Amino acid sequence: MSGKTLYDKLWDAHLVKQRDDGSALIYIDRQLLHEVTSPQAFEGLRLANRKPWRVDANLATTDHNVPTTGRERGVDGIEDPVSKIQVLTLGSNCEEFGIVEYGMTDKRQGIVHVIGPEQGATLPGMTIVCGDSHTSTHGAFGALAHGIGTSEVEHVLATQCLVQKKSKNMKVEVNGTLNPGVTAKDVILAIIGKIGTAGGTGYAIEFAGSAIRSLSMEGRMTVCNMTIEAGARAGMVAVDDTTIEYVRGRPLAPKGDQWEQAVQAWKTLQSDADAVFDKVVTLDAASIQPQVSWGTSPEMVTNVGGRVPDPAKEADPIKREGIERALKYMGLKPNTPITEIRLDRVFIGSCTNARIEDLREAAAVVKGKTVASSLKQAMVVPGSGLVKAQAEAEGLDKIFLAAGLEWREPGCSMCLAMNADKLGDGEHCASTSNRNFEGRQGFGGRTHLVNPAMAAAAAIHGHFVDIAAADTAAV
Amino acid sequence: MRAFTQHQGLVAPLDRSNVDTDMIIPKQFLKSIKRTGFGPNLFDELRYLDEGQPGRDNSQRPLNPDFVLNQPRYQGASVLLARSNFGCGSSREHAPWALEDFGFRVIIAPSFADIFYNNSFKNGLLPLVLDEKIVDQLFQRVEANPGYQLTVDLEQQVVLTPEGDSFPFEVDNFRRHCLLNGLDDIGVTLEDADNISAFEAKRRQDAPWLFEPLS
Repeated sequence: MSGKTLYDKLWDAHLVKQRDDGSALIYIDRQLLHEVTSPQAFEGLRLANRKPWRVDANLATTDHNVPTTGRERGVDGIEDPVSKIQVLTLGSNCEEFGIVEYGMTDKRQGIVHVIGPEQGATLPGMTIVCGDSHTSTHGAFGALAHGIGTSEVEHVLATQCLVQKKSKNMKVEVNGTLNPGVTAKDVILAIIGKIGTAGGTGYAIEFAGSAIRSLSMEGRMTVCNMTIEAGARAGMVAVDDTTIEYVRGRPLAPKGDQWEQAVQAWKTLQSDADAVFDKVVTLDAASIQPQVSWGTSPEMVTNVGGRVPDPAKEADPIKREGIERALKYMGLKPNTPITEIRLDRVFIGSCTNARIEDLREAAAVVKGKTVASSLKQAMVVPGSGLVKAQAEAEGLDKIFLAAGLEWREPGCSMCLAMNADKLGDGEHCASTSNRNFEGRQGFGGRTHLVNPAMAAAAAIHGHFVDIAAADTAAV
Repeated sequence: MRAFTQHQGLVAPLDRSNVDTDMIIPKQFLKSIKRTGFGPNLFDELRYLDEGQPGRDNSQRPLNPDFVLNQPRYQGASVLLARSNFGCGSSREHAPWALEDFGFRVIIAPSFADIFYNNSFKNGLLPLVLDEKIVDQLFQRVEANPGYQLTVDLEQQVVLTPEGDSFPFEVDNFRRHCLLNGLDDIGVTLEDADNISAFEAKRRQDAPWLFEPLS
């Protein structure tokens, strides 16, 4: 019999019951809650007169709706009355059911996928769910983590379980060394470009290979975060010393004897050498260049040195029509060099790229320079209150402000534009977020997905630049 | 949840792949704390020419005449025919809520994104996978025949066409069972409460650090 994959191990360790009809009950160790996808779940509990199964398995914060200015005013700082009700509803629900919430004025508040790992609420070997598709982020810790809908949020609150059908196993192996200026964001965009936005549908993906192992935890989180953009609900990376060192000393990480016991258990969280995957995809790290999306789906991506594609060269009629529609929406002509796309705004933030390492990379690029006068706005939105405090302790805020970028309060912000931060109709944005869908960052807005250093360089120049090539030329 | 056994209805064709849930229901409508009322804003950015806002009277807004659901021949449609990877992106259950609220009971496509697929079953909305060639054929027939209807029989797991075809489809037994009977699956899971408690007790013993209180 062949060995087990990491996903097999995590699945088996949480299997409460395998039913005859092929479905299974899977135990959930941690649920993260936020204001947008939880109110109807709490209401469902109330209507059915149910209580949470295990209150301590849940941790809540408010992130999607919160304004990124005027945080000292707390909930009163939310101008939009509908948003305000949603944020207040999370607070009252958490209070009613006894769930810990990091509210708007708590230093620990932030994007749910930033604060879980930061606090040690995300641990290796866990099953982690949240009513948010980017829950795949937490798989970076050798955890089984995925997004769920609101009915399932209610189901987990009430039963501590989910009804699941096991996914197939896929391994994405990235071997070799990444070139300077090429980051985790470029790796995952290149993977999505290769396998497509539905390439991972029905699979749990394990990211492996020397290039993945050499990434920091921040980088691994960025890769796992966008697994959903490749169609797979869950992405994961095996536990190694990098994982354990990141978790050590976190506020909610195990302490003392429990720490030793936990580390022993976590060290088994790798695929066996003889494990068999249903599908294996390999990429050569050295071939990956900084990526820029040109269309309205994350698979519509190319190298910064590339050009906007020509639909006339696409043989498949459905794909051709998709490209034509995307170019029309994006206001781009075929064959335009990526570096000639003029930008209106720059957004550095989101659960993909708003951790301290991301902000350091962006700050290094803008240090001593000035944002292009052609831009309407360039903003930096840290992922949490603690990321913000850390950045300020390192003086990164001063660097951003001196260069003409705005330094904001933590939240999801312009990634999905549920708060006041949004693109205007027809505006192009270099964004470190995860989705370039039509209207995602604002009605008629045009998103180009990039890594933090690329976004920072675009802010300085007003258009995309190949920073890796520029560095080489400077040498 | 409303039970689903058999449904006959008018088919509307949405001829594009990778329809994402942002497109199905844009973010500004996610601020609601209710499960209902999303229908008037289904496909808001495709359906109207201006930007929609929650609470606004949609009847006064300019409609996009090119959008398929605005065409007179598709009024009252309850079966949506779509292309591959339907429902990709955000996990928002507001997407099936909006489709259901608008009046759809069935979505037919060659493939669905996982989370959307799962969410649909929880809301009496049947996402139904047919082979790409059959979907292609259905697009042509819908286009050629105004008033084109399909019958979907979940019990027999077939789609019946006016031409007399019977296309079989697959669906998981558990999901089918819940949908056919309109079951609340939390209630079904809680029948296993003893099993869950036993599992939890063992897990607490094996991995006590997972049961420390949060603060």
